[in-house]
Amino acid sequence: MRVEQISIFLENKAGRLAEVARVLSESGVNIRALSLADTSDFGILRLIVSDNDKAKAVLKEHGFTVGKTDVAAVQVEDRPGGLSSILDILSKQGINVEYMYAFVQHSGKDAVIIFRFDDLDRAVKLLQENNVKVLEGSTVYTL
Amino acid sequence: MIYDEEFETLPREALEAIQLKRLQALVEKVYATVPFYKSAFDEKGVKPGDIRSLEGLRKLPFTLKQDLRDNYPFGMFATSMENVVRIHASSGTTGKPTVVGYTRRDIRTWAGLMARTLAAAGAHKGDIVHNAYGYGLFTGGLGFHYGAERLGASVIPVSGGNTKRQILLMRDFGATVLTCTPSYALHLADVATEEGIDFKSLKFRVGVFGAEPWTENIRKEIEKQLGLDAVDIYGLSEIIGPGVAVECVEAKNGLHVFEDHFIVEVINLETGEPLPYGETGELVFTTLTKEAFPLIRYRTRDLSVLYHEPCKCGRNMVRMGRITGRSDDMLIIRGVNVFPSQIESVLMARKDVAPHYVLFVDRKGRMDTLEINVEIDEGVFSDAVKDLQNMEREIEKEIKDLLGVSCKVHLVEPKSILRSEGKAQRVIDKRKS
Repeated sequence: MRVEQISIFLENKAGRLAEVARVLSESGVNIRALSLADTSDFGILRLIVSDNDKAKAVLKEHGFTVGKTDVAAVQVEDRPGGLSSILDILSKQGINVEYMYAFVQHSGKDAVIIFRFDDLDRAVKLLQENNVKVLEGSTVYTL
Repeated sequence: MIYDEEFETLPREALEAIQLKRLQALVEKVYATVPFYKSAFDEKGVKPGDIRSLEGLRKLPFTLKQDLRDNYPFGMFATSMENVVRIHASSGTTGKPTVVGYTRRDIRTWAGLMARTLAAAGAHKGDIVHNAYGYGLFTGGLGFHYGAERLGASVIPVSGGNTKRQILLMRDFGATVLTCTPSYALHLADVATEEGIDFKSLKFRVGVFGAEPWTENIRKEIEKQLGLDAVDIYGLSEIIGPGVAVECVEAKNGLHVFEDHFIVEVINLETGEPLPYGETGELVFTTLTKEAFPLIRYRTRDLSVLYHEPCKCGRNMVRMGRITGRSDDMLIIRGVNVFPSQIESVLMARKDVAPHYVLFVDRKGRMDTLEINVEIDEGVFSDAVKDLQNMEREIEKEIKDLLGVSCKVHLVEPKSILRSEGKAQRVIDKRKS
């Protein structure tokens, strides 16, 4: 139940983000979800893509610093309270969310939220016990 | 091993007697043959006959790099071009190159000094010397070449470049002594690894590294990766080239200056006053035996320290510490003297950044600011912002602890800082513009 996410170190310099997008598009890699964390110095671009290995290889080839992290993809109903119920389950058990970002599926019925946890296995287990739908990597890459 | 036992272990009084005699002859000679020195002596009101003791050296004027430029190309030569058998020149990063000349005897003197140098590093007849210093106008390649031949070793004049081929040659020829810059030594190890060759399995026993400042941390790194004793050497083309001072492999603690050929002083940067043993300042050399291009009190702009405690190798010469910086690199930030090499030592000691950096100095209002761009190491890149920010704060603290100056550290992408074959542009001081 792990989803692989790649992260890219970006200096605060005009054109770096565009360069990432260009490199991925030229190699036919599709971006499924993304989030950008930024500070005054640098940014970290986190991506879920259709082909992790290829994305990593082409980005490295172009001189980017690329990391890999396992995250969880959780399906949430697209309605008021959808997110809140999930966060409740986690906070009751003292599970810390490092960061998260969301995207809405084509159907518009469900949203998918990407979570980065301290303790991924424990968090996934807990969510599943509470009947929350945690998606497989293969599902997310092809959404 | 001591190559020239008689001179390298001379008792102090005998050494100083020789130095004085040679100094007196030198002063007579440059006054008579080099117009620059005649006018510089006259301006100071000093005559060659005034030098009656070694302390008299202090009366003599300094020679600056600019003086060499002003007399480009051959104006400082103390002999006619008929007697000059060799010319070398240093890369002039700013302006004209510095041109130096050698008579036949100068070349012999230099070869002797380089034989001493290699012997001090532990090389001997029968060794195979892989000489990867550049051959050409630069003094490194030919300096080592002549010294190795004088010693009776077999020299491979491979020069710089074509690293993959060098790895094959050093393996197939079974080289035992490596001579190159410390950064090239590390590059050789990297390329060997890429080629699937364990550098430590080669026959190298010792490496003689110089031509750029390096640190104890780099020594450890080289010795670990290359599996040899790494010895530091000092020289500059203006004085003779390599062969001015070298560490002995027995102690690897300070470089023995060949004082029968050079008088070394360390002076206060601002006042020009000679400093006592143990105090850091600018190295100043006077050449005692050179014929074509003798120099009086040449200010090297290299910073070091002298000490005279006996060494277990048996040499009696004064030792100088590693070059810790360049006087023209020194920055004064909020009243504190800062050398880029100090910041480099902090970065070198860390595993999570590469030792590539640029310092930006600026003034905001009345306050000087120091910002440092440093390349993150790919292996430790984290997707969590706080990890990277903690790293920046840690480096800032380490630098503050060392220098007493607070700074701002910015992580930048690997390989984004310009690499330079020669001198890297490590400091951008916006206060001057």
